[in-house]
Amino acid sequence: MLQLMRGLAYLAPSLLLFACFVFYPLLKSMSLSVFNTDLLGQETTYAGAKYYKEMFFAPQFLNSLKATLLFTLYTVVPGIFIALGLAYMANWQLKGIGFFRTIFAFPLSIAVAGASMIFMMFFNPSAGVFAYFLQLLHLPSISWLADPKWALVSVSLVAIWRGLGFNILVLLSGLQSIPKHLYESSSIEGASSFRQFIDITLPLLSPTLFFVFIVSVINAMQAFGEINILTLGGPSESTNVIVYSIYRQGFFDLNYSYASAESIFLFLIILILTLLEFWLLERKVFYR
Amino acid sequence: MKKVFSYFFLCMAAFLILSPFLYALTVSFETAAEAAAFPPQFLPTEFYTESYKKAMDTAPIFSFILNSFIVSGLVTLGQVITCSLAAYAFSFLEFPAKKALFIIFLSTMMIPWEATVIPNYFTIRALEWIDTYQGLAVPFFASAFGTFLLRQYFQTLPKEIFEAARMDGCGPLRFFITMVLPLSRPALATLSVYAFLTTYNQYMWPLLITNTDGMRTVQIGLAMLQWDQGISWNTTMAGIVLASLPTVCLLIFGQKQLVRGLTSGSTKG
Repeated sequence: MLQLMRGLAYLAPSLLLFACFVFYPLLKSMSLSVFNTDLLGQETTYAGAKYYKEMFFAPQFLNSLKATLLFTLYTVVPGIFIALGLAYMANWQLKGIGFFRTIFAFPLSIAVAGASMIFMMFFNPSAGVFAYFLQLLHLPSISWLADPKWALVSVSLVAIWRGLGFNILVLLSGLQSIPKHLYESSSIEGASSFRQFIDITLPLLSPTLFFVFIVSVINAMQAFGEINILTLGGPSESTNVIVYSIYRQGFFDLNYSYASAESIFLFLIILILTLLEFWLLERKVFYR
Repeated sequence: MKKVFSYFFLCMAAFLILSPFLYALTVSFETAAEAAAFPPQFLPTEFYTESYKKAMDTAPIFSFILNSFIVSGLVTLGQVITCSLAAYAFSFLEFPAKKALFIIFLSTMMIPWEATVIPNYFTIRALEWIDTYQGLAVPFFASAFGTFLLRQYFQTLPKEIFEAARMDGCGPLRFFITMVLPLSRPALATLSVYAFLTTYNQYMWPLLITNTDGMRTVQIGLAMLQWDQGISWNTTMAGIVLASLPTVCLLIFGQKQLVRGLTSGSTKG
């Protein structure tokens, strides 16, 4: 008993904070989603599954879901491919490689607000850098943020750039943990560096790649800043991802119940992804 | 010869990665006319610094940065205290329900902040903490990730020193403060750099919680410089460069710590 009290004493600050700002609000979101609410967010009458039904049948929610999935696809796949190439280069044993590693990690230090505003300048249809490059290549001009077909791609570009630093660092640490002697012995057998990449690097890196994949998907599902700064969910709802929809429903339309139903939906998706991530980490430790 | 090619590709890649920021830096030293020119000017003709002055006149950038520093500093301090206490209990103390409590910590990582943001907003409003430093900082004082990070490090400390200290009549709290904390400086530094950077770059919460210029953090305050009628690109970019300086410095000088923090999730369970 004394031991329990002592243990709890050390955990108390964290547990108290988690109770107030993680567990209580999650339960509150659940209850808000099954009650009608007034404009201040007070629960009024029980609504049952009303808001969930409304959500699943609303074209607006299906649109949000589609935007979120597309945004995830646009950011995660190219983000990992580019980062893999760069991490491979950052793993070259050369003098001064530390300098390049710092530069490759650089996007980490630029916050979403700054990055979005820099890209906003690039996207500028009349004087932007992208417009200039398209013109140089004799390609038709694109109105990046104003065109429903391109707006999601545009915000994805910002997210890809911002995510590169993290992806490169994690993949690099994965590459560094591959035992060197594997490469040495296969070099003696005359394997090309391309074959080595396919036969040694990729299989041994696959747990790290999968980890980066899951974390990137989780991050993509939670993207908000780029959209709030660049498109406000538009044009014609094409970038109204789930988190942005929660924000707008909750803080502008004061539709707390509906926003909470969306929150619980988001929670369930992240829950599954995180469990997958933990399962992966367990397995990896097991293999060591 | 192969080396020359390697360096060539590395330089190309480095340039491409840096190019958005380099261009922003360039534009911040251009005149308004140069910044709006088409085709774009990739180099300024003179070293024009008026845009920095204009940015500071338009928005109180240094007071925004100060706010961000206060909030990030508070969160860092809060996390160092709560996470190290919890990590100490998990790695050095024996008590019933330890495993269950550990799972409670673990489960907080499965709950996205965005899914709890509405009730959290209500809580802060009920506490009358809207537009205050505590409203911005206190919800982030505990971190499961930070606890695991420190726990991982604490577990590498030899258990014998704990036994030896107990033999000498040193209580667990004294042992924690006089032995564990000083020995764990590298891990505490990692947590600090990581916590500071993530808080400094926060966007959604400060957007909701602050509503006066006096309390704005720099990420939200930058919106005052968003390009529109009265403001041209060079001013906007000057603001971004100023706002990013602290984190760029943090990346350069704290890179070792940061890398350890970011990769700790991927290499060990």
